Amino acid sequence: MDFDIVDLSRLQFALTAMYHFLFVPLTLGLSILVAIMETVYVMTNRPIWRQMTKFWGTLFGINFVLGVATGITMEFQFGMNWSYYSHYVGDVFGAPLAIEGLMAFFMEATFVGLFFFGWDKLSKVAHMIVAWLVAIGSNFSALWILIANGWMVNPVGAEFNPDTMRMEMTSFFDVVFNEVAQAKFVHTVSAGYVTAAIFVLGVSALYLLWDRHHELARRSIAVASSFGLAAALSVVVLGDESGYSASHTQKMKLAAIEAMWETHPAPAPFTLIGVPDRAARETHYAIEIPYVMGLIGTRSLTEVIPGINQLEEESVQYIRDGIIAYDALMTIREKRDETPDEIRATFDIYSEHLGYALLLKKYVDDPREATEEQILMAAEDTIPGVWPLFWAFRIMVVLGFTFIAVMLFFFVRANFYGMRFPRWSLYGAVAVIPAPWIAAEMGWIVAEYGRQPWTVDSVLPTALSASHLTVMDLLITIAGFILFYTILFVIEVRLMVKYIRKGPTQDVEESEDWMRRHKARLQSMPGEPTASATPAE
Amino acid sequence: MILSEFIDFDTLRLIWWVLLGVLLIGFALTDGFDMGVGALLPFVAKTDVERRVVINTIGPVWEGNQVWFILGGGAIFAAWPPLYAVSFSGFYLAMFAILAALIVRPVAFKYRSKREDPTWRTRWDWALFCGGAVPATLFGVAVGNVLLGVPFYLTPDLMPMYDGNFATKFLGLLRPFALLAGIVSMSMLLMHGAAWLSVKTEGVIKDRARRIGSIAGLVAAAGYALGGVWLAIGIDGYALASEPVTDGPSNPLYSQVIRGGSWLVAYSDRPWIWVAPIMGFAGIALAVLGLRAGREVTTLLFSKMAILGIISSVGLVMFPFILPSNVAPDSSLTVWDASSSHQTLFTMLVATAIFLPLILMYTAWVYRVLWGKVTEDDVTDNAETLY
Repeated sequence: MDFDIVDLSRLQFALTAMYHFLFVPLTLGLSILVAIMETVYVMTNRPIWRQMTKFWGTLFGINFVLGVATGITMEFQFGMNWSYYSHYVGDVFGAPLAIEGLMAFFMEATFVGLFFFGWDKLSKVAHMIVAWLVAIGSNFSALWILIANGWMVNPVGAEFNPDTMRMEMTSFFDVVFNEVAQAKFVHTVSAGYVTAAIFVLGVSALYLLWDRHHELARRSIAVASSFGLAAALSVVVLGDESGYSASHTQKMKLAAIEAMWETHPAPAPFTLIGVPDRAARETHYAIEIPYVMGLIGTRSLTEVIPGINQLEEESVQYIRDGIIAYDALMTIREKRDETPDEIRATFDIYSEHLGYALLLKKYVDDPREATEEQILMAAEDTIPGVWPLFWAFRIMVVLGFTFIAVMLFFFVRANFYGMRFPRWSLYGAVAVIPAPWIAAEMGWIVAEYGRQPWTVDSVLPTALSASHLTVMDLLITIAGFILFYTILFVIEVRLMVKYIRKGPTQDVEESEDWMRRHKARLQSMPGEPTASATPAE
Repeated sequence: MILSEFIDFDTLRLIWWVLLGVLLIGFALTDGFDMGVGALLPFVAKTDVERRVVINTIGPVWEGNQVWFILGGGAIFAAWPPLYAVSFSGFYLAMFAILAALIVRPVAFKYRSKREDPTWRTRWDWALFCGGAVPATLFGVAVGNVLLGVPFYLTPDLMPMYDGNFATKFLGLLRPFALLAGIVSMSMLLMHGAAWLSVKTEGVIKDRARRIGSIAGLVAAAGYALGGVWLAIGIDGYALASEPVTDGPSNPLYSQVIRGGSWLVAYSDRPWIWVAPIMGFAGIALAVLGLRAGREVTTLLFSKMAILGIISSVGLVMFPFILPSNVAPDSSLTVWDASSSHQTLFTMLVATAIFLPLILMYTAWVYRVLWGKVTEDDVTDNAETLY
């Protein structure tokens, strides 16, 4: 078989990144849920909340460790597999990554040990603060990673330096307050909160179905459903914000997600479902809702969203501009300080599109010698794979709305129906446990696959970014990662299942004692005839 | 931005060269004893309770310690992008082995004692052993290779390229001098792990750790001395053939480099750097004496001094080189031509000035909270919550 270094490198990155993100969302959300539970414990001094903190904390720990372990790979993978990328944008991209370590990950990792080992060594309040520091650290971690990731989509605050042949930072402020990064951050952490809420809800529902740990399960559902409802709404709202920012920063991605081949007169319709056909450049069997796309994408009735074909034509022009920039760059590099001013001026005008000339490197060593045919091929390369984006996006959105419905249902039942949950809804809550992970992975496919053929949009093509490794290097490491990660995944899931089956053990006597003392009040709860009645109907 | 002009570009480069050393040494001082303890595990602890005692001495802190490594990676990426690009792809399979070890290690800590099955636990004990021994050795091998020069070159586009196939690239790293460097780093960290165990444990575990640790210290000293002799008589150094432009653009191809002479001429050019190897040897000697005498905290401090001396001697002797190329010396990376831009170095310095003191403060606080020996009773009484 014929392997391509770039494709293998992409495969490896996709594998390790998607695997890493199996653990991240639960860490983001569960760290906060555990901290909330511990806060309630400190405020009320009721042992059941301590039991909840410890129980969910144990599951958090099993998950957290794999997030850390797989995160190590991510930190080094850029240098290992994407060395030209690392050189070309490290001046900008490296900074948020390093600050993530300094500000967030150090805090999270230092205090997580104390969270598990410090129960007898710290006062109650100090231990609660430690729990919050872990949660805050995890979430700040996500902030800086998404600032780095957002820059790849919308590379602001940087310019190309011909002397060093790389992008250099001009404004750290612009990099940090990149609108794409900020929308991505809130969208992603909210997705993490939903994941944790669904997880806590599902496991608690399982206990109610098993007729065990009612006190822990019902309180957990109460916390998870209110937290989860807010988060699920936030995911969708911020997803919409991402869509809005995409309409002016990532036009091609947006058009591909919508399989919008032709530019429609404003406001464009939203294609609900359909079968995108790249060869024919049309979407078969499309069911469209008028106006909706224009409203989501531009928040106006008059602004036009360009279609794929129009954007491809624009790319042809950008490539031609890029070749002019490339030609000037070669002169600057040769003459260095003696470069005539007009050449520098030419470069400054066209350097914005230098990246488009680099697209040609896939076909020809010197972009200046590219044929007309090669330019058209490179322009076609700027269209990402349409059908995976079209469908991944729709699966994500449907799941997003499902989470709102699930959370709303449990929130209402928990708060207004005296914690009584119909049995079918408990089965539903268990069944929906894997869904947030699927939604999150779909989201990453939309974000990263949709950025192709670029690693940094309009700046650096993926085909140029990879390290010059051998096929054997890559096959060895891909096989190694698959083997390792599969073993670890199986072990992790089995331990999770074991600890969920085992349920909470510590403090349970205290908590039953508390229940005995408060039996009278529990019996007077609305819709709850006796404290011992099974909430599941 | 005007703010960055407060500090000259060349000064920033020097500061970041020092910070690079601080991060690597911070990693070796903290995670170093975790790796040493991992590698010592099968030899200092025989029963399950003994092993749990050993594991729990580092149980609460390894996670924070490991961040020094992650942060080192991030800081190299941000402050020395060419170094990040060239070294990690150049040491590709060695890096993969280190990653594999560092992935298995956290999982082994967390999962080992979650099941009673002795086979399960033994398997994870070996994972912990590899998680300590493999990186402890390979980091040394990598440093040895850096002193020898690494076979990479840069194209005019500054794309890093390497000669050879995967076998010559990985096995090519295992040159005799590099292996010696691996032995030095391995034995140095074994000594460090033993010093840690003598602080945190008592009885039979402590006795075994002291015995193995003092042998490891002697091996480290002998290896370090032999390495010095080897560098003096058998290994070419690198030197700048052109006058360095210390505040010029970061393009390694703008300077000329020649191979030849010896790295050790640095000791006559800058005699003050003798302080590093002296600290290295004195630290080992005092740590070994401390281990034999059964001293605890002072032994750990002397062991730290040894590591500080040994690692900084490598950096100081190579200055201004960071990563020399043995196939195309002109591609070699130096302090003056492999850094980030002025703006980025300044921004990162501000971030470091804010957060590094905070990190040191809360890390110190965590160690203080966890201060005290881990005993067999601790482990049996808290079987559920401890590792």
